Amino acid sequence: MTYKRRIDGRGFNETRPIEAKVGIIKRADGSAMFKIGNTIAYATVYGPRDLHPKFLKDPQKGILRCNYNMMPFSSSGERVRPGGSRRSKEISFVTGKALLPVLNLEEYPNSVVDVFIELLQTEAGSRCAGICAASMALADAGLEMKDLVCAVSVGRVDDKLLVDLDYSEESYADGPVADIPIAIMPNSGKVTLLQMDGEVKKEELTKLLEMGKKACMDIYEIQKKALKEKYQEVEV
Amino acid sequence: MYRELRTHIINLANADTRLDGRKLTEYRKPIEVEYGVVKTAEGSAKVKIGDTEVVVGVKMEIGEPYPDTPDEGSIIVGAELLPLSSPDFELGPPGIQAIELARVVDRGIRESKAIDFKKLCIETGKKSWIMIIDICTLNDAGNLFDASSLAALAALKDAKFPLYENEKIDYKQKTDKKLPLEKLPIAVTVIKIGNKFLIDPDSEEEKAVDSRLTVSSIENGMLCAMQKGGEFPLTFEEINEMLEIGIQKAKELRKCL
Repeated sequence: MTYKRRIDGRGFNETRPIEAKVGIIKRADGSAMFKIGNTIAYATVYGPRDLHPKFLKDPQKGILRCNYNMMPFSSSGERVRPGGSRRSKEISFVTGKALLPVLNLEEYPNSVVDVFIELLQTEAGSRCAGICAASMALADAGLEMKDLVCAVSVGRVDDKLLVDLDYSEESYADGPVADIPIAIMPNSGKVTLLQMDGEVKKEELTKLLEMGKKACMDIYEIQKKALKEKYQEVEV
Repeated sequence: MYRELRTHIINLANADTRLDGRKLTEYRKPIEVEYGVVKTAEGSAKVKIGDTEVVVGVKMEIGEPYPDTPDEGSIIVGAELLPLSSPDFELGPPGIQAIELARVVDRGIRESKAIDFKKLCIETGKKSWIMIIDICTLNDAGNLFDASSLAALAALKDAKFPLYENEKIDYKQKTDKKLPLEKLPIAVTVIKIGNKFLIDPDSEEEKAVDSRLTVSSIENGMLCAMQKGGEFPLTFEEINEMLEIGIQKAKELRKCL
């Protein structure tokens, strides 16, 4: 048995339908929603603001704190216990690393930029959706940025290479699977997040990275459009 | 700390108006209830009152009934004041503010008997449904109590049981079976600033509150839960007046469901 056609009928290099919106949460300095398939991520940015506890302050530059969290009802299986898990801690950590290269934190000494990512609904690809939302929220907050960050998962299901795995593909049982979330700075083409689980050949990975970059460029256009839309609304 | 703000709000209230130009007993507009916003939940709803926005999801699990009520299911209400929704909220386990919010919403639903717990029983003494109602704040612009309790009720109204077969829940398959709501308890929070009563406080007004009373009532005006808050005491007359406002305004909110 080989994986001939994707279960939802998409092409192998096609992502699920994407929607993006900026400025959805008024209390925040910056906010965005990023939806890919059935995965919905909200992100807000607060700051640069004063940092507590004080000993964390860096007089040379500001610090970035990221928190990834799944709402208790966001999993299609059992309820997710609130309060975070080892998984959410790790995702928070790599998300911070994925976003850091685009920021110019030297501008904000002694301060913190807080990024909060909340998943309303998940069906695979939640860390990538979170990163996409967070990068838009950072831009919405008016922070100085070198680039946006676009993220998508690529991978292998059986003998097929594909973009944006959904849940049924991640858990495909009739052959080998590899799931590789990546984040890319679209203008420099540099990679800021790279993780993988599964098995894949080195040559396949090279191809997958190219496929991922293409998908990220499409995501980049969607992100830019959403950012521009918010400010057009203000003008009218 | 907020003395000037408080004086300003009182002066406005004496002229029968507020910071945003509303009447004293007027909700912000629009009040929006959106059902089924979270597909992974068995029931969900998003409620907006002005800029305040909350999402509530209901997950259903099966558990053992409590020994004193072997033929009844139950509800659990949790609230997360997400740091995403306000610069004032921090990460960490629920603080007293979140716990109070969850318990006030819980009492409104439980004590009004909005859900007939007996209908949640699957096997006496062994198995019953538990409704886990989680409140998540999206944007805190004041009055989370009323928004959350309305959203919790809406999420329950939206809820459909998942398929239960061979002792297992299949969360991927929802049945058409809905959760019947026997009553519609609505919470209205009335606040007192100076000697004026206001409803639906925004974030600024909440800072200047002397006392507040959250009143939950059902369709026929019967009271089913209350919670007094704030640092100042209330007289019997004041409580009476606040209850009356709460019951009247609940009728308005109930129409939004």
